[in-house]
Amino acid sequence: MIDISNLSKVYHTPYGKVTALKDINLSIEKGDIYGIIGFSGAGKSTLIRCLNRLEEPDTGKITIEGLDINSLDKKSLNKTRKKVGMIFQQFNLLDSRTVFDNVGFPLELDKVPKKEIKERVEEILDLVELTDKRNAYPSQLSGGQKQRVGIARALANKPDILLSDEATSALDPLTTYSILELLKDINEKLNITIVLITHELDVIKYICKNTAVIEQGEIIEKGATNDLFINPKSVTLKKFIEILSNFQENGCYQGGDGI
Amino acid sequence: MQAIIDFILKISDLMIVPLGETIYMVALSTLFSVIGGLPLGVLAAVTEEGHICESKNLNKVLNIVINIARSLPFIILMIAVFPLTKLIVGKRIGTTAAIVPLTIAAIPFVARLIESSVKELSSGIIEAAQSMGANRMQIITQVIIPETMPSIVLGITLTIINLIGYSAMAGAIGGGGLGNLAIRYGYQGFQEDVMFGTVVVLVILVQGIQSIGNLIYKKMLR
Ligand SMILES: Nc1ncnc2c1ncn2[C@@H]1O[C@H](COP(=O)(O)OP(=O)(O)OP(=O)(O)O)[C@@H](O)[C@H]1O
Ligand SMILES: [Mg+2]
Repeated sequence: MIDISNLSKVYHTPYGKVTALKDINLSIEKGDIYGIIGFSGAGKSTLIRCLNRLEEPDTGKITIEGLDINSLDKKSLNKTRKKVGMIFQQFNLLDSRTVFDNVGFPLELDKVPKKEIKERVEEILDLVELTDKRNAYPSQLSGGQKQRVGIARALANKPDILLSDEATSALDPLTTYSILELLKDINEKLNITIVLITHELDVIKYICKNTAVIEQGEIIEKGATNDLFINPKSVTLKKFIEILSNFQENGCYQGGDGI
Repeated sequence: MQAIIDFILKISDLMIVPLGETIYMVALSTLFSVIGGLPLGVLAAVTEEGHICESKNLNKVLNIVINIARSLPFIILMIAVFPLTKLIVGKRIGTTAAIVPLTIAAIPFVARLIESSVKELSSGIIEAAQSMGANRMQIITQVIIPETMPSIVLGITLTIINLIGYSAMAGAIGGGGLGNLAIRYGYQGFQEDVMFGTVVVLVILVQGIQSIGNLIYKKMLR
């Protein structure tokens, strides 16, 4: 279980203070697929990056399975990070390594014996259906394939949690669904908790059991995804739903005030 | 026809030793300058603000050191480091002695090239490694260096070519090599054919090195 309480973060820029997160409180149950949706600049990335401390919060507490993330020293943090996989919008694969070696990379960091790495990597490549691309380099892959490698790499260490920072935002709709299917599959088969942030309502609708809506650094609404859709309260979520239904009715978005 | 063959024979006869000396000077000073410049350049990049080993003071010191060494014209630097050269090699001029100033001149050059290659690496890749629990040393040796290798190769190619130029200056004041040959035959002896031969050999040498560098770069770029 992930517990976030009173989390705040302010960026100090030459142009003044930017409040990226304001008093965030969230609990994410083990095995959940938890979505966080918001418009650009709402603070989604900042929030998810606090979970593995790629970003240091100013105040507040994050615990994962009771472990206080912010009190960890470097060494224990690195140990914990190995159990929290992360995937990215821009994939962030190592261009100098093959698919196989990208997926094996986290294990190499731990000096896992070659034979074990091979077994594990083959197993995961099979799961993400990339066995035939094992010797390809990232530049030879499509976006969807790259994200599969990203997911495989994040799974190499058998994590308990998978963080997804807009993992499907650079992909076409069809590929998006195939990646979402894969994430669903992983969640069910491996019982991995998934926290995903997105600005695509479809993504939330498709796989998230629970959802929080973030607006200007604040969680303004949260709950079971179905309930939220039936009765949206926040401006952000209403807008999202309105945009989506307008798209479906008219083929394009006309109303609204410039998003 | 016979004249051309005679010319080539004469030139290659004269050139073989100086060419060997140039290659010797350039090869060793390239090697030493990469050994010195690579860590310096990586360190200068990773101590920058927001990077994995952020350290304002160390970064400042590194930049000052690199800039001082880069601001000296080679001919002045060579004379300025005479005492050091004498200490290391036992004499101030000569083919082996020239390696000392050549290395010192090339270290900051290599450092700057590598620094900028490292800075070009996307921060996302480094963050991905951090998210996997890689420590800073692992990020440097297993992510930063392998990922920047192609552009490091281009940097080394450029360094070699620069060092050929510098080594000619070293040769001019007694370091041997092609520079020395050009001075003796071309400048002092007015033998234009030797001068011409030297130019041709240098052009071939530089073109060859650049082509090899580009080839390795392309091979590494996946
Ligand atoms: N390193 C930083 N320095 C200063 N300000 C930052 C930094 N990172 C983010 N911000 C600011 O914090 C706010 C939240 O940014 P964040 O990246 O979390 O938004 P986001 O919801 O992920 O947006 P997007 O959907 O565009 O990715 C924004 O106003 C942004 O400008
Ligand atoms: Mg973001």
